[in-house]
Amino acid sequence: MSELSRRERMKREPVSMPERPAGERAADFDEVNLGYSFDQAVAEAERCLLCARPTCVQGCPVSVDIVEFVHRVSNADLAGAAEVIAADNSLPAVCGRVCPQETQCEGACVLAKKGKAIHIGNLERFVADVARAEGWATTSDPAPSGRRVAVVGSGPAGIACAGDLVGMGHEVTVFEALHELGGVLAYGIPEFRLPKAIVEAEIDRLRQRGVHFETNAVIGMVDTVDDLLTTEGYDAVFLGVGAGFPRFLDVPGENLVGVYSASEFLTRVNLMRAYVAGSDTPLIEVEGRSVVVFGAGNTAMDAARTAVRLGADPVTIAYRRTREEMPARAEEVAHAEAEGVVLETLVAPVELLGNEAGRLVGLRLQRMELGEPGDDGRRRPEPIPGEVLEVTVDVAIIAIGNGPNPLLLRATPDLDRSERGTIAVDSDTGSTSKPGVYAGGDIVTGGATVILAMGAGRRAARAIDDYLGTDQAP
Amino acid sequence: MAGDNQAMPRIVAAQMLAPDAKQFRIEAPKIARRHRAGQFVIVRVTPDGERIPLTIAASDAEAGTITLVVQAVGKTTMVMNDLDVGDEILDLAGPLGTPSEVDDFGTVVIVGGGVGTAVAYPVAVALREAGNRIIAVIGARNRSQLLFEHELAALPAEVHVCTDDGSYGRAGLVTDALQDVLAAESIDRVFAAGPIPMMKAVAEVTRAAGVTTIASLNPIMIDGTGMCGGCRVSVGGHNRFACLDGPEFDAHEVDFDLLASRNRAYLEGEAARRRELHPCEVTVQVGGGEST
Ligand SMILES: Cc1cc2nc3c(=O)[nH]c(=O)nc-3n(C[C@H](O)[C@H](O)[C@H](O)COP(=O)(O)OP(=O)(O)OC[C@H]3O[C@@H](n4cnc5c(N)ncnc54)[C@H](O)[C@@H]3O)c2cc1C
Ligand SMILES: Cc1cc2nc3c(=O)[nH]c(=O)nc-3n(C[C@H](O)[C@H](O)[C@H](O)COP(=O)(O)OP(=O)(O)OC[C@H]3O[C@@H](n4cnc5c(N)ncnc54)[C@H](O)[C@@H]3O)c2cc1C
Ligand code: FES
Repeated sequence: MSELSRRERMKREPVSMPERPAGERAADFDEVNLGYSFDQAVAEAERCLLCARPTCVQGCPVSVDIVEFVHRVSNADLAGAAEVIAADNSLPAVCGRVCPQETQCEGACVLAKKGKAIHIGNLERFVADVARAEGWATTSDPAPSGRRVAVVGSGPAGIACAGDLVGMGHEVTVFEALHELGGVLAYGIPEFRLPKAIVEAEIDRLRQRGVHFETNAVIGMVDTVDDLLTTEGYDAVFLGVGAGFPRFLDVPGENLVGVYSASEFLTRVNLMRAYVAGSDTPLIEVEGRSVVVFGAGNTAMDAARTAVRLGADPVTIAYRRTREEMPARAEEVAHAEAEGVVLETLVAPVELLGNEAGRLVGLRLQRMELGEPGDDGRRRPEPIPGEVLEVTVDVAIIAIGNGPNPLLLRATPDLDRSERGTIAVDSDTGSTSKPGVYAGGDIVTGGATVILAMGAGRRAARAIDDYLGTDQAP
Repeated sequence: MAGDNQAMPRIVAAQMLAPDAKQFRIEAPKIARRHRAGQFVIVRVTPDGERIPLTIAASDAEAGTITLVVQAVGKTTMVMNDLDVGDEILDLAGPLGTPSEVDDFGTVVIVGGGVGTAVAYPVAVALREAGNRIIAVIGARNRSQLLFEHELAALPAEVHVCTDDGSYGRAGLVTDALQDVLAAESIDRVFAAGPIPMMKAVAEVTRAAGVTTIASLNPIMIDGTGMCGGCRVSVGGHNRFACLDGPEFDAHEVDFDLLASRNRAYLEGEAARRRELHPCEVTVQVGGGEST
């Protein structure tokens, strides 16, 4: 590789992610982004200025040594790059696809101001995909410690925690309430954005390293956390049960047939494969019908883009603020628009309207405008008096967030909670008010991101390892 | 992706109780140990199959088994009822739901309609064990459809039988018999499980009589863990998730019309799937939930 000068690097244009044309991809569930070729990856990596004090690393929630891995890609040392990433991120193929890079590493890149930030996410995905295809193992596990840890929940927090614990020699069993593993990665994020095969490969890798998985195990109902620590003989427990408790709008009409929470809609489609011929799980027919999605986060975009793929027309995102405030990844908003999703901003639902049979037929929406900034610093949407409109609609999907699921919490009353109802933990270790019990991911933070959940799982694994090495452990 | 090294729950006994209702005893030692009256399991029987809720009709902690009674009303329940001793259940999760409130209330009337009698039976057992006197009012379309008559009588309970066609017991609705019971003596509590119109009618009768009434609701569920909100029901004007806070609620507070309309959501599609499976059967039960 010839060394490029700083000026030459700055002059080069970013290599954009190859993607399938909007018209083609909107008709199926296959992945939208195609991934870099080797040459594209090297060309993108060569643009990196290799900053001595890299701001991108500060922007990464788990401080991946981005400069080093990108440098290795530019030198065609992909195995080396994979090793660097793996030191801090156990789910790079996932994070490369779903991290909000524009507010993390790429947003912090010195080239971002010029709109030419290094496409770190694309590079991370490339390295991880090659590593998976080549079967590069980045870890060799030590001798068994004789200690047993139960991980509750198989989302990114649980998977990351299990991976590190087995790497420390502990025996790990992951308990999952559903019949499939992966948490939101399996039942929430659709195939066209995160192919299930990637999540399966991560889980298979853990299996090969000796992690046990038990599905259909609803902890709190079948075994309690105390059972795990006593009769079941685990020395420590990690709770990564996510924030799977959908919020509703609290407006009249939201129980009409045709109104779904995004979790229900996406679960029917992703987990239960309602879109595949032969699947038994039904879905209200959306083909040729109008669908409105409330909310503008990743979940809302996923629901809207899923509806497009099921033939719904038109599909509208209804959001009470403006496009700038949309919490979804920028790429998801752009992809949704390209696929024909209409973004209707500054509207809030006041009522969902039904017919005599109890089916949704329309919406009453309130026009909003942005007022003074609220506690979170964002300008608060306020209704414009008298501006109420009525629209017809066949299916409405509510994607306004999730709270902590009360099932395990109710069964474990001695776990301290925050005022938001999430599990209270020590932020350095993830330890809870219950000795030997740790928690991380969405059940601690509320709905957040894959990388934060992954990072929390790994921090807890280190703390559990310390705990198991001391005499506090049973 | 399923789990590994996990023994699939095996059917150890199976028996037809009625022309379209089958009773299964299934090896599920942990669920059997944990189960309390009023709880259910989520079952999936084929790889492309639906997750469906089924009440745990009985459990035997020592033998490590649970008993389910399944009425064939659609694809999943039909496929399930083709299973037999030695077959395995692909996915079985539970026990789920909030257990019944069990106390010594005094005299309790248990109203069961169709397969609802199997749903009510474990509650009757628990209430009897807690010291209550039990009066059971059970109904079915005809004599051959009647469930758990002898088991209830053996509790012991005073059993009143109603059939739609008068082929056995009294001809007519369970609410007629219930009204007579309420007129004859002082009742402390009523528990109802069955088709939605039956539960609604029971609630109306007991509201007038001022008797606390609990209904076991049967909304469409998916995960059964509070994750999707599909099972939401309106109780006292508030949304509650039946899989978490239920399935039992104060019948006088339940919006039964809403429940009935939500249970009809997939009627057309499901009728088509049922025809695929049993092409000769073309009757569609309209009115969602009447079949329970
Ligand atoms: C539709 C959607 C799209 C998203 N898109 C993005 C994105 O693009 N980028 C991003 O970074 N983040 C995204 N997120 C958020 C991200 O997926 C979550 O922050 C992350 O998955 C949280 O991980 P977790 O391990 O804490 O929990 P989860 O992924 O929620 O996993 C928790 C698991 O625990 C199981 N469980 C719950 N209770 C029990 C119990 N009692 N016993 C046993 N098991 C139990 C659950 O069934 C689940 O499988 C999205 C979320 C959704 C819903
Ligand atoms: C908490 C709970 C406990 C239950 N316990 C039992 C039980 O012990 N034994 C038993 O046989 N059934 C029970 N049910 C009902 C059972 O879950 C449904 O009959 C089953 O889901 C139907 O699935 P299917 O694929 O066979 O039929 P589908 O093809 O899905 O539906 C066929 C017909 O059944 C109606 N239906 C769909 N879902 C339900 C439902 N949840 N309740 C009532 N009707 C429905 C549909 O409207 C349709 O008319 C229970 C339901 C709940 C919520
Ligand atoms: S069945 Fe999904 S929340 Fe109850």
